[in-house]
Amino acid sequence: MRRLSFQCAHRYPGGFALEARFETMLGVTAIVGPSGSGKTSILETIAGLLRPRFGAIEFGEQKWLDTRRGIYKKPEQRRVGLVFQDHLLFPHLNVERNLRYGRGRRASSNSIEPRRVIEVLELGDLLERYPRNLSGGEKQRVALGRALLSDPEILLLDEPLAALDETLKDRILTYLERVVAEWHLPTLYVSHSAREVRRVAEQVIVLEQGRVVQQGAPADVLPADYSSL
Amino acid sequence: MQLTSEEWSALRLSFQVGLSAVLASLPIAIVVGYLLARWNSRGRWLLEMVVNLPLVLPPVVTGYLLLVMFAPRGPLGGFLEERLGVRIVFTWLGAAIAAAVMSFPLMVRAIRLAFQAVDPRLELAARTLGASRAHAFLSVALPLARRGVLAGCVLGFARSLGEFGATMMVAGNIVGETQTVALAIFSDSNRPGAEMQVARLVVISILLAAVALLASEWLEWRQTSRETA
Repeated sequence: MRRLSFQCAHRYPGGFALEARFETMLGVTAIVGPSGSGKTSILETIAGLLRPRFGAIEFGEQKWLDTRRGIYKKPEQRRVGLVFQDHLLFPHLNVERNLRYGRGRRASSNSIEPRRVIEVLELGDLLERYPRNLSGGEKQRVALGRALLSDPEILLLDEPLAALDETLKDRILTYLERVVAEWHLPTLYVSHSAREVRRVAEQVIVLEQGRVVQQGAPADVLPADYSSL
Repeated sequence: MQLTSEEWSALRLSFQVGLSAVLASLPIAIVVGYLLARWNSRGRWLLEMVVNLPLVLPPVVTGYLLLVMFAPRGPLGGFLEERLGVRIVFTWLGAAIAAAVMSFPLMVRAIRLAFQAVDPRLELAARTLGASRAHAFLSVALPLARRGVLAGCVLGFARSLGEFGATMMVAGNIVGETQTVALAIFSDSNRPGAEMQVARLVVISILLAAVALLASEWLEWRQTSRETA
């Protein structure tokens, strides 16, 4: 597994300050914390969508950001698969073309096979449909498939289950577990739910007001009676 | 309804001028409309003001400024005539430039509104999938804004057909060379006994505007029905 090292200091126009620093040897690492604690900002900074004033991000041997040395890799140069909370599927493309969007754009080995992604996420029956005709759970599966097919080296999942009801959450978590088992992709998983975190994560990072306040195994970090964070 | 050769030539010229004006200004209108929709810096109001100037200036003033610029000894006209042998003033090209300038604010307005309706995060999603900024624009923002772009073209074309003041200044009112339908209506309405000609041209103008609007509706309908199929 590769090491992700992240540090960043950024003050937003509204006054919120993100001053987080952590390192993880990734399997699935969950980032938890109350709303507005900076979880999404961390994912967007790793993906290159936010450019902090100060910061450094290293993933394996690659330097994606080092503000002191003026290094900033653009989002398209980073090989991340980011799944947004609100899926952000392209509404003018059908499922198949959404899935294919990131395919072959990056110079890579294309180790993730489209056929296998469609199988694992059970997308076969949806290929011709447009996002507006998909249910919430289907949209998230397509978004996950689209991220996988861009051949990422790391998956960033921003509360992918937040908008779904409990039964659907369970089903999508099963898909997620299949994905992790199949491709062994390092994954950062932002969540509000202690139950989800216990189920999928090996590591937990706890954020409060833009700072990392705890890091460790789920059993050590999450009190047994916590259900939501 | 039998048209005279002069009326046919006015009609042909109107089409030629309108289409050329729209096609020539479309790429710039798309870029400017996109910048105005996405740009948050202080320079925006200046750009907006320059774009909207022809809307509030008397057309004769806009026409005069164009005449000064494109006159054979003017800053642009001199260059075009000496280097490329192209004459603008009192030719159909002059009418097309006048129409393009006068219809530009309307095109930009429709296009800007269309881009404002496209979630900018869709472009960010495209970039995390490996698309460059330019490609994200071309493959996501532009296709999603196409209805507004189309509406802008129709508006621009209709405005070009009706352009009068600036065209008169830059291109004159030469039968068979620069006399568009609008200019022909003006000439004929000053000529005693030409009421029938005026009536024919007025009916043609109304029909053209209606056909342009119907065409755009049809194109929109076709695109929508493809997406939902």
